[in-house]
Amino acid sequence: MHLDFRSPSLSDIRSDMLRTYKSLILAAAVTLCCGGCSFSGKGKVEVPKGAWLPGGETTNTRLLGSNAFLRPAPNLSAEEDLAFYSGNAFFNQAWVEAPASTTARDGLGPLFNARSCSGCHFRDGKAEPPEDGKAPFSGLLLRLSVTGKDGPVPHPLYGGQLQDMSGSDVKVEALPSVTWKEIPGNYEDGTAYTLLQPEYKIESPAYGEFGEDLMISPRIAPHMIGLGLLEAIPVERLEELADESDANGDGISGKIQWHETSSGKLPGRFGWKADAVNIDEQVAAAFADDMGLTSALRPGDDCTETQAGCREAVNGGEPEVDAKVFDRVVTYSRTISVPVRRDADNETVLKGQVLFGDLGCGSCHVPSHTTGESKSAALEDQLIWPYTDLLLHDMGPGLADNRPFGLASPQEWKTPPLWGIGLMKAVTGHTRFLHDGRARNIEEAILWHGGEAEPVLNKFKKLAVEERTALLAFLEDL
Amino acid sequence: MRHLRTVLLTVLVLALVCHVWGCGSDGDSSEAAGDGWPANTAEAIANYSVIVEASYADSHATAVTLNNALKALVATPSQDTLDTARQAWYDSREPYLETEVYRFYEGPIDNEADGPEGLINAWPMDEHTVDYVEGDAAAGIINGTDTLDANAIEAANGVDGEADVKTGYHAIEFLLWGQDQSDDGPGSRSFTDYVVSDNGPSGCYSGPPNHTCSCGGAEADCASPGMWTDTCACPANADRRGTYLTIVGDLLVSHLETVHAAWAAGGTNYRADFEVDAQVAFEKILTGMIVLAGFETGGERLQAARDSGLQEDEHSCFSDNTHRDMVQDVQGIHNVWNGTYERVDGTVVSGVGIKDVVTAKDADLAARVDAKINEALANAQALVKPFDQEIAPGNAEGNARVDALIDSLTNKTTGLEAVLFEVFDAFGLSITIPE
Repeated sequence: MHLDFRSPSLSDIRSDMLRTYKSLILAAAVTLCCGGCSFSGKGKVEVPKGAWLPGGETTNTRLLGSNAFLRPAPNLSAEEDLAFYSGNAFFNQAWVEAPASTTARDGLGPLFNARSCSGCHFRDGKAEPPEDGKAPFSGLLLRLSVTGKDGPVPHPLYGGQLQDMSGSDVKVEALPSVTWKEIPGNYEDGTAYTLLQPEYKIESPAYGEFGEDLMISPRIAPHMIGLGLLEAIPVERLEELADESDANGDGISGKIQWHETSSGKLPGRFGWKADAVNIDEQVAAAFADDMGLTSALRPGDDCTETQAGCREAVNGGEPEVDAKVFDRVVTYSRTISVPVRRDADNETVLKGQVLFGDLGCGSCHVPSHTTGESKSAALEDQLIWPYTDLLLHDMGPGLADNRPFGLASPQEWKTPPLWGIGLMKAVTGHTRFLHDGRARNIEEAILWHGGEAEPVLNKFKKLAVEERTALLAFLEDL
Repeated sequence: MRHLRTVLLTVLVLALVCHVWGCGSDGDSSEAAGDGWPANTAEAIANYSVIVEASYADSHATAVTLNNALKALVATPSQDTLDTARQAWYDSREPYLETEVYRFYEGPIDNEADGPEGLINAWPMDEHTVDYVEGDAAAGIINGTDTLDANAIEAANGVDGEADVKTGYHAIEFLLWGQDQSDDGPGSRSFTDYVVSDNGPSGCYSGPPNHTCSCGGAEADCASPGMWTDTCACPANADRRGTYLTIVGDLLVSHLETVHAAWAAGGTNYRADFEVDAQVAFEKILTGMIVLAGFETGGERLQAARDSGLQEDEHSCFSDNTHRDMVQDVQGIHNVWNGTYERVDGTVVSGVGIKDVVTAKDADLAARVDAKINEALANAQALVKPFDQEIAPGNAEGNARVDALIDSLTNKTTGLEAVLFEVFDAFGLSITIPE
């Protein structure tokens, strides 16, 4: 277990040592800020101070139903507000093929997965995977690679990603489809459950055979809230949490996905395998690979040498996403607020909170951090509750994609943040989770955990039904 | 030492949190916590339903008139039938825009499962997927070979996200006006786009080469003058264009009919469920007002357009009608607030408004909301047509008028969104963080 002295984490709350530490903070807080604050006595389970507001001062306290993920952090500057709404417009609206009279919005493709950001991140929520045999793969994309000299490289004919949509005169790369296979299982108390396992098929390749050594990694579009806060978690904090060789012997070996960049070695934070070091990189990659739009950071899209039609198609300017628009979309993506907890002090939710700590969920889904520097002053020095360590963990063979990426083995995935998951249904109308959307609800997402999380999963499966309900109630409140 | 420093840092953060969210006992949170609701709440909810029903009835009726005008244009293309159809489009926009305040709470118009809002009013129009555009004469479904039928067109609308728009008001607008390529006027599509070229050889082969023929009364060129097989070069695919226009007109009517039916009195429908819980309904009503005023109109439509200054950022760009979008959206908020709706025929539907409920709770707050709605409406009415010139860089006066409207909607302390949030808080509809 990580003993964390920088901000209270749920799994630590019951430790006496921390209780002392916590009382110290609370006493000081009372003295410093608000004389009228009252704190309940020792022994009683409490909502950790600050946990009601997962984004600190940036938290959205007005949910407005399905609009819960649409609001800017309330403490942005007027300038950032303007950029937010402008970025939001570009996020929601379609890009079109060049040439077009809407010159600020042309250059789509010619190969792409979606015409707009919101095409996959609907209402800034997570995407839903396609049903059995249905295409296109809106919101679920397939990364492609083959074995290279020093690890996997993009597929020579198809590039790093399968684009199943295209502009006029250019053929789509291929037709992907998925079939969902039911896998039965049981809790210790005999209660049965069924999980869905995807099997992917790629048919009608238009640019040559994929070959035997093709590796596929399916990735679903995640929700967009609080990204700037995750970006602002200090590197030292991640280094402190990392334990690559499991030196403390707790069975958990969090690993930073280091990237060599022009500004030195930086940890990956975004993408299911911690693919991007900051929001700018992530946005540039999404523009280039998912929509075929070039930017200063990514001057080329995903056309390969052999895709002549793709290379020769009219572009929408160089780059297609100009600096101003790029800045707006990045600012937007950085400053979407995290929704408030709704029921944090509910008795069942609190019981679930304790179970979350006791089972060891918080070893990877580390509850809280304090943000450091950010490009947006509003996001700095916030006590945040994302429930992630942003580290790579072995999740077992069940979730493996059989495609290594950077320092991540096929079985390793970055811990995704849990904030907002309880509002997914209200926002998107569905509750599909995990990297390919295979889990139909939070419970199934837990049941898919393996690898380092297997001991935790086994404890979960031993819980009584009321306890499972309580844990889920806690997660639903995030 | 390091621990002490981090402890102090944490304390500072907590201090800020406490400061902002008010841990004290003398904040307004005590007032918001579950106090009784004004006695007129249920009446206001019932009256809201009456207004919603009346405004969708008007939207539907004017869409029927529009659809008939579209059919007349297709049957007998002429400047006259085109002008009539354009006027019918403007007339139908007026009541529809006043219904936009009924969005954003998963109601009949835009619930995630089957709300037709995206089919009725999505923007921006992806015009090149429907018909020819400058630089591409063969663009769009109309100039393709796919069979045109309502189901296929409806299914193709918004296949990837809100913005792949092929149906609804903006599609009809594009098919009536065409692209807006001028600085000071709307698009200038000719009615001859709907003239089916059946006056072929006889129209062209009647004498020496290089003469012209007529497309529905407008002059056009002969395709290959002097040849026996010659045809009059009327715009291509006029028949498919007419079919497409007829289909999207029918779809608009049927979608509005569905939404209207959901709000009809006395049915087993959304309205019946809506009125069951007055507090939940009140929250939905406010949600629609808040999101339309702030996020949608003040934010996504106005701030984004102001930031870009581009002509393409006006919503009803083909018809240069965007200034009316702003006025009528705020008018919709005004209607709900006052509990009053002036119907297209001039009669007035009115009863207990949201204003009356808020007044019963906090008269001062109600007065501030009232003043702000009137201010925003006046600012919207002050916009000068066309909107693309109002946002153009260098038009200081136009920019100032747009900025005034943005400020009245989204100013963080005094804007309409902010004062409506105060109402939200006053009725305990925000999440209250315990002390």
